[in-house]
Amino acid sequence: MITAPAPTLEAVTVHQLDQPPLLVGAGLRKRFGQTEALRGIDFSLTPGEIVAVMGPSGSGKSTLLHCLAGIVPPDEGTVTFEGRSVDRLGEGERSRLRRASFGFVFQFGQLVPELLAIENVALPLLLNGMSRARAEEVAAPWFPLMGLSGLEGRRPGEMSGGQAQRIAVARALVTRPAIVFADEPTGSLDSLAGEGVMELLTAAARGQGASVVLVTHEPRVAAYAHREVIVRDGRLTGPVAS
Amino acid sequence: MSVPHALLGLLEQRPRHGYDLKRLFDRYFSPDHPLAFAQVYSTLGRLEHRGRVRLDAIERAEGPDRRRYAITAEGTQELERWLAEPLDPEPHLQASLFTKVVLAILSGRAVQPLVDAERHAHLERMRQLTTIRRSAPLQVALLADYALFHLEADLRWLDLTAARVDELRHQLLASPEAP
Repeated sequence: MITAPAPTLEAVTVHQLDQPPLLVGAGLRKRFGQTEALRGIDFSLTPGEIVAVMGPSGSGKSTLLHCLAGIVPPDEGTVTFEGRSVDRLGEGERSRLRRASFGFVFQFGQLVPELLAIENVALPLLLNGMSRARAEEVAAPWFPLMGLSGLEGRRPGEMSGGQAQRIAVARALVTRPAIVFADEPTGSLDSLAGEGVMELLTAAARGQGASVVLVTHEPRVAAYAHREVIVRDGRLTGPVAS
Repeated sequence: MSVPHALLGLLEQRPRHGYDLKRLFDRYFSPDHPLAFAQVYSTLGRLEHRGRVRLDAIERAEGPDRRRYAITAEGTQELERWLAEPLDPEPHLQASLFTKVVLAILSGRAVQPLVDAERHAHLERMRQLTTIRRSAPLQVALLADYALFHLEADLRWLDLTAARVDELRHQLLASPEAP
């Protein structure tokens, strides 16, 4: 029997800057055709830390997230997660690492429209080999926590944008990942719905001691992070670049 | 709006008369709201009293004497300090931020470090407000929201301005000033 602690919005750990980094990107470079998206970026994340990645459109912030999360390998440089070199893993191993240790929230279009809300939340657990009944049992407590009680049997098309995004937050956190990667998680929502998503995302991450890499162009969203880094022309700049 | 710093920035380029300062101030920093002559001379008087500017020359021509002012070493230091330090992140900083950006361009200083320092100070204040609003009663949370939206508007304007710095530099420096 696989046991899973109940999800909570109460912080279990407080991030500490003096801890060794959980994730380190060093000298990251990535090119798409003629475009140099990343031009030598150093980035590190400590356990429990929430970092906002900001910058103009096309500056390379989403590419940085994809490299750090092992979605695309960098052309040069290294990504190290818990001491393991992510960039040297094959696609299969990277995929397993992503499923086991990372959670993802994107701007939109991430839920499977044919599946019920509870099946969408349970999906990563099923992919990790959990039985369907057990996966839905683990997914169920996320609904009251996200303010979505009673919506377990709805499909994504039958929910508001804010509700669907909270389902996506639950799905990202249900496997208790070490890191959640969120790319413009409030991008398609109005202010009130966006605020609800950010409160729940950051509270649930704190509740599990998870770190968050938050790509956003919105300062109010970035203000939920412990610190911000700025990507400009493929480089990290500003007085606070780590 | 920091009129003293704007005048120091113009005097850093070269010594100038009060009339030139007023004309250039209106052109660069406040095209929609001209500065009163009286304010130019009262500001110069205070800057002189504090040792930030000195009387450089009195020119006697036709009409009244023309007093020409020059920046002092202390004045240059104060200007440098003001440009480097971010403003207190309160809403409605547009005029001061704009003055900083234009002065940086006119003096050939880099604009991006200035923008980055302001952004960091703004986000630090926004983080504090976000933390406050999380546990505050709704009335307090709504007031924090008001400040958050205004600080965000300042930041968005700053980012847009930073993105158009090359264009702004081109326009400001395109037509050389007369005197």
